[in-house]
Amino acid sequence: MSAAAQPRPDLRSFTLLSLGVAAALALHLPHLPLWLPPPLLLLIAWRWLGFSRGRRFPALLRYALILALPLGVIATYGTLFGRLPGAALAVGLLALKLTETETRRDVHIGVAVAAFTLMSALLFGQSLLMTLLVCAALWPLLAALTALQPGAGATRMLLREDALRLALAVPVALLAFVLIPRLATPLWGAPGLAQARTGISARMSPGAIGQLLIDDNPAFRVGFDGAIPPRAQRYFRAVVLWHFDGHAWTPGDAPLPLEPIAAQGAPLHYTINLETTRQTLLPALDMPLQPPAGTRFSAARTLLAAQPVDHGLRYSVTSSMRYVLAPRLDAAERRLGLQLPMNADPRARALAARWRQRYGADAAAIVDAALRMFHDDGFRYTLLPPPLGRQQVDDFLFDTRAGFCEHYASAFVFLMRAAGIPARVVAGYQGGYANRVAGYLLVRQSDAHAWAEVWLQGHGWTRVDPTAAVRPDRISLGATAAAQGSGAPWYLSGWWLGLRDRIDVINRLWDQAVVGFNALRQRGLLARFGVDPERWQSVALALGGVLGVVMAVGLALALREPAAATDDVLGRAFARLERRLARAGHRRGAGEAPVAFLTRVAAALPADGAGQLRRLSTEFARLRYACTPSASALAARNWARRAREFRP
Amino acid sequence: MSLARRLRGLTETGRARLLRRHPGLLRARRVESLPIHLGQRRIYVLPTGFGIGFGAMLLVMLLGALNYNNNAALLLTCLLGATCAQSMYGAFRALHGLRLEAVRAEHAEAGSALQVALHFSASRRARTAVCLRLGPTLAAFSLPIGAPTAVGMTLHAERRGWQALPALKLESTWPFGLFRAWSWLYPDARVLVYPAREAGGPAPPESSGTDSQHAPSHEQDQDYAGLRDYQPGDPPRRIAWKASARNDQLLLRLHEPPPAQSTWRLRWHDARGLPQEQRIMRLARWVHAAWRSGARWQLELPQQTLGPDRGDAHYHACMAALALLP
Repeated sequence: MSAAAQPRPDLRSFTLLSLGVAAALALHLPHLPLWLPPPLLLLIAWRWLGFSRGRRFPALLRYALILALPLGVIATYGTLFGRLPGAALAVGLLALKLTETETRRDVHIGVAVAAFTLMSALLFGQSLLMTLLVCAALWPLLAALTALQPGAGATRMLLREDALRLALAVPVALLAFVLIPRLATPLWGAPGLAQARTGISARMSPGAIGQLLIDDNPAFRVGFDGAIPPRAQRYFRAVVLWHFDGHAWTPGDAPLPLEPIAAQGAPLHYTINLETTRQTLLPALDMPLQPPAGTRFSAARTLLAAQPVDHGLRYSVTSSMRYVLAPRLDAAERRLGLQLPMNADPRARALAARWRQRYGADAAAIVDAALRMFHDDGFRYTLLPPPLGRQQVDDFLFDTRAGFCEHYASAFVFLMRAAGIPARVVAGYQGGYANRVAGYLLVRQSDAHAWAEVWLQGHGWTRVDPTAAVRPDRISLGATAAAQGSGAPWYLSGWWLGLRDRIDVINRLWDQAVVGFNALRQRGLLARFGVDPERWQSVALALGGVLGVVMAVGLALALREPAAATDDVLGRAFARLERRLARAGHRRGAGEAPVAFLTRVAAALPADGAGQLRRLSTEFARLRYACTPSASALAARNWARRAREFRP
Repeated sequence: MSLARRLRGLTETGRARLLRRHPGLLRARRVESLPIHLGQRRIYVLPTGFGIGFGAMLLVMLLGALNYNNNAALLLTCLLGATCAQSMYGAFRALHGLRLEAVRAEHAEAGSALQVALHFSASRRARTAVCLRLGPTLAAFSLPIGAPTAVGMTLHAERRGWQALPALKLESTWPFGLFRAWSWLYPDARVLVYPAREAGGPAPPESSGTDSQHAPSHEQDQDYAGLRDYQPGDPPRRIAWKASARNDQLLLRLHEPPPAQSTWRLRWHDARGLPQEQRIMRLARWVHAAWRSGARWQLELPQQTLGPDRGDAHYHACMAALALLP
């Protein structure tokens, strides 16, 4: 059928489609280039006005815009491919589709493209709010389709019906969501690699942690079996860094045996829900005793996942807060623990040598001297330190004296090594925020921290946090608060805090139940219902069976016809009464009039019930056949109530 | 060879059984008597072109969501899919339980528009966006709760004689246009199409002289051959009022002899020299002219003679006789 032969869709349908397109634009807003949304919004508004006045969009202008859009995207991103350029292109083309919407078929295509564009908004974030908004944006699109139908009713009714259809679809959608088999390996591409890693990484170069400290996103949440330990003890180790090249700290590649541990305190059980990091590092509370299933220990007892965490991970750990780690140090470990870059930072080396001279073999005294220096000699804690030169440690210790955890940890370990004490940098998270509503600990990326471990004879590897010496409230309040030099910020109080707690609880549930529902969790769930996830026949049978049941239920609902017109109160009430009488053994004969039927049944009943039924019968006849319409609605409801109360 | 024949026999009985069980499956089939009730067996549902396209898009969305392991997108896809699947039931429900009560047609002449009204009985629930396809014409209608609905369609009356109603297709794509439910109906309804009237031509022959001066008279008691008692259903025109007044009961005139002068005699052989259809058209024009002028007329056809009489009933009888001429 040619476009000209088709009738133009009505304005209502076009308006709903425009709303859906505007919603898709709004949901993509956070990641669109700044120059794109305002003209698109204008375009939608202008086109809507034009359509409502029966005008066509100038074709030349449309072609010009279709040409300009990809050029603009290329000018911004340098390419048309990838997530961001793709989103800009999709939203732009969707808005342009409105300009050529002249037929019902165009509306159909517009709705399909809009639905696809809406889905692509979820590639940028899967939060509960975003998902709800995207699902809500389906509403005007579906209503646009319904409005296309000939003789579709009033807009309000149409919107209500489509909202009802969406609501009805929710349980089926959830069933399908649970049952649709997840792919163990992606069919194409490797989307995990395309996205940046987040969180603590296995390389601490200058500024690496500084970037994290301003990131307020959750890193992980911890549910403790008992009470949440005090803040000063909440050190979550993620990675141990041995090797310093004068610039960055890395784990080093020497193979080492697992360090033995002697736990002393009562063990602490807890479960961590890690957000997606796309790395293998798994933070655990200092000091984990056993690696949970599917993970392993590094030599220095940090947890490593078998694969990068692409979709969040949940693991349970047991840790001991008091322990002796590696009471003996072998030669290789000692060599690594004393490694220093050649010829770097002579002034720091000289300072360490002086301490060595003064305190001799008393390692604890040297540690103490370093911490005293940080505390007393004018060192500052700041998230925006002045830049350092090539001799990083020297510059920091003797010139700038301003920095945050990574500077202090790095300089401290350097000094210890120079003084002949085996030491290493540990990166991870410290502190966290105890959610008072749900009783778990929320650790954000901004809680990232670096500290040191020194090896002391008889104590093994011992945690020392030089940042705490400079700024004790870094440990008691958190990095951001410490950097502001004040107590809790203004917004961390009162109802706002409570609201934030509640929202975070909901987000956590969402992340656990929906975002983190992967192939593994699906298998666990299916196995619980007797489906063998390893055999595809079993899964197919379950999926087919559930699908069949859902379709049968749908068909049964579709086949159900109301016993009386849905607005006929009296008729429906009579039908109900008739069904109840039939259950009691009184069936209405074919063609038997309602009144005759009721009278006949009344004759067979004992006196009390008979009188009631006769009155119902008389009243029914009056309402049905002799009543004025104005009084009938109330009277019919009244009759319906009395019929309900009647006990045969 | 015999196996092939047996196989063919098998498929034929299978087809017969299929047709018996699913009366609406094929278009070519016998008419059915009214009223026609649309049960589940005669309603068919298939996705529309848009529905197939939309399904393909849902599949792409599903694969994308699975591939990128994006559970929010997967949930969205499931929600959209489950909502759209309701289109299947919505379309079915728009038709299911519909009842075609009667088909009424206006008289029409060949070559003109034929008005057909399809009467659907009251429905217990509202139905929206039901489309009726009758031949080339299409009408969309909605049924409110509890009110019978008549849908008017216009057909083209092609030739004189009985014209059967073409197969009737009821369909709906409610609510999203993704699925189409349809049902073929073959109502036992036919329409008599009158012959077309000749556009111009000679005036009707007037049998003897001065008939046009003869004004139709309603009281011609002198012309009757006899009287009988009035019975309900007798034409009031033939009541002998004066005789009735005398006898205190209604009497009917019997065998009124045609007053030759006042009657148009429209004879088949007056239109001789024309082809058969032309002749019929000419007579149709004469009958029409006579009816319009209010005169009495008699139509003489090869096999039968109608009248003399006047009025609508006579007109329709004459036109029907013309329509049914071989």
